[in-house]
Amino acid sequence: MSIDKDTAARVAKLARIKVEDDALPALAQEFNAILGFIEELNEVDVEGVEPMTSVTPQRLKRRVDGVTDGNQQEAVLKNAPDAREGFFAVPKVVE
Amino acid sequence: MLDLTYKAPKPKVIAGMRDDWELVIGMEIHAQISSEAKLFSGASTKFGNEPNSNVAFVDAAMPGMLPVINEYCIEQAVRTGLGLKAEINLFSAFDRKNYFYPDLPQGYQISQLYHPIVGEGEVLVELEEGVARNVRIERIHMEQDAGKSIHDMDPTMSFVDLNRTGVALMEIVSRPDIRSPEEAAAFVGKLRQILRYLDTCDGNMQNGNMRADVNVSVCKPGQYEKFAETGDFGHLGTRCEIKNMNSMRFIQAAIMVEANRQIAIIEDGGKIDQETRLYDPDKNETRSMRSKEEAHDYRYFPCPDLLPLEIEQGWVDDIAATLPELPDAKKTRFMGDFGLSDYDASVLTAEVENADFFEEVAKAGDGKLAANWVINELFGRLKKDDKTIQDSPVNPGQLGGIIALIKKGDISGKIAKDLFEIVYTEGGDPAEIVEARGMKQVTDTGAIEAAVDEIIAANPAQVEKAQANPKLAGWFVGQVMKATGGKANPAVVNQLVSKKLAL
Repeated sequence: MSIDKDTAARVAKLARIKVEDDALPALAQEFNAILGFIEELNEVDVEGVEPMTSVTPQRLKRRVDGVTDGNQQEAVLKNAPDAREGFFAVPKVVE
Repeated sequence: MLDLTYKAPKPKVIAGMRDDWELVIGMEIHAQISSEAKLFSGASTKFGNEPNSNVAFVDAAMPGMLPVINEYCIEQAVRTGLGLKAEINLFSAFDRKNYFYPDLPQGYQISQLYHPIVGEGEVLVELEEGVARNVRIERIHMEQDAGKSIHDMDPTMSFVDLNRTGVALMEIVSRPDIRSPEEAAAFVGKLRQILRYLDTCDGNMQNGNMRADVNVSVCKPGQYEKFAETGDFGHLGTRCEIKNMNSMRFIQAAIMVEANRQIAIIEDGGKIDQETRLYDPDKNETRSMRSKEEAHDYRYFPCPDLLPLEIEQGWVDDIAATLPELPDAKKTRFMGDFGLSDYDASVLTAEVENADFFEEVAKAGDGKLAANWVINELFGRLKKDDKTIQDSPVNPGQLGGIIALIKKGDISGKIAKDLFEIVYTEGGDPAEIVEARGMKQVTDTGAIEAAVDEIIAANPAQVEKAQANPKLAGWFVGQVMKATGGKANPAVVNQLVSKKLAL
């Protein structure tokens, strides 16, 4: 698979990262280098090998169903560029 | 137990300008899992709290915060799967669904695309007596809910509340087995009923705790059968998905307008674009959600923050052992054990609280009579006061007491209604009230006979008329009932009047 300039632009848009037009070819190039590396990994025969999800044998940690957190409106909103009446305030988004 | 067999309903046929068309509908129901805390954090799920107060730093996606799964939410999803007779996957895993929206601070939703916790199940959707659709469930997976954006508090800003962010949802996905708007609404209703019985979702649609996405397509008659045989979607039309509906009425209306829109396009020689649409109840139309289309590339990948979810068969068996009796089983049992009609059994099992109440009342010994009193008198009276069974002023013991008095012949049906009203408004023990207020039915033949004699003696002209025309004997019965304050046993009065008048 090869990434062209348009695909690079699309990926940037989906990630909400602004990339100037003239920077796109270089970005596409970088993507291709990464994908090329992955291609190489594809040559390894992994037939019948379970995907490894953890280095040590662990079970997914669970929590009990109890309220142990929250009630920190001020802290939650502290880093927001704009907050009003307990809400995050963002530029209007309407469907 | 009764064995009920059902006939499948006929699909809805819509007449276009040129041809007849049939509907094919599949649904995705988002049901909020009933739990105290969120799916991956210890913040509360309580509805209506101060904005952004039910928020842990995980929910707000603060850097470095990691999700830890709520074990009870897993249990609830498994319980739901068991309730829908579905296969439980002992291995499931979480994936990230990436998209940007202000009420999704992570920039992705943690969901289960590749390995859902629940596999194939089914829901029997009854439409009328003896007619039901068996809607197959494809899968159920767990995922995080998003926050809430409010657009009408400021002219230029949207306000975001993250209280709902990260609350556990189950997405229940059906096969395209639904063939009419009525079936779609009934499917949601039945699912809601089962979830409420299981106590895995409160089913509150108004608060958005249950929402539906509806996939609608149209095809010519005969095509669906070909699809059913081969599994090839090529036999069906292109579908559109109507998002996020939380009312049964709107679901039905939206399906109809969307079907008519598609038919008009096809008959006009056009073609349907597969897209996401939004239903506008004010204009009664659906419109494209183009913004959603652009973001449709979700770039799913396994969530690196969470190990796969492995559960043990023994644990699943323990949950299965605590499963309550479900609506279908309860309904057939009510019909079999109490001799109730299909309709009465359906009404009584619609809500589990009603069913429990009825069963307590039925302990008075007469299931049919108990059903009548619960459905007609109690539900009628509660409805008048806009009350639910939970705040009924009459408890099952009291209503059972009234029924026991009727059964014993202590009070007539008419007096029983007066008694019910007294118990409803004033409370108290029915038997004591009957005793204290002298409402007991007079079955003592001597006392009734005296009253009959008295009235016959006082009305010689009426006696003559009645003897000429026996139909007029009813007048005497009425007079006796009046004289005894309605407490005489009507059967005994009838008998005595006929005898005394020598009819």
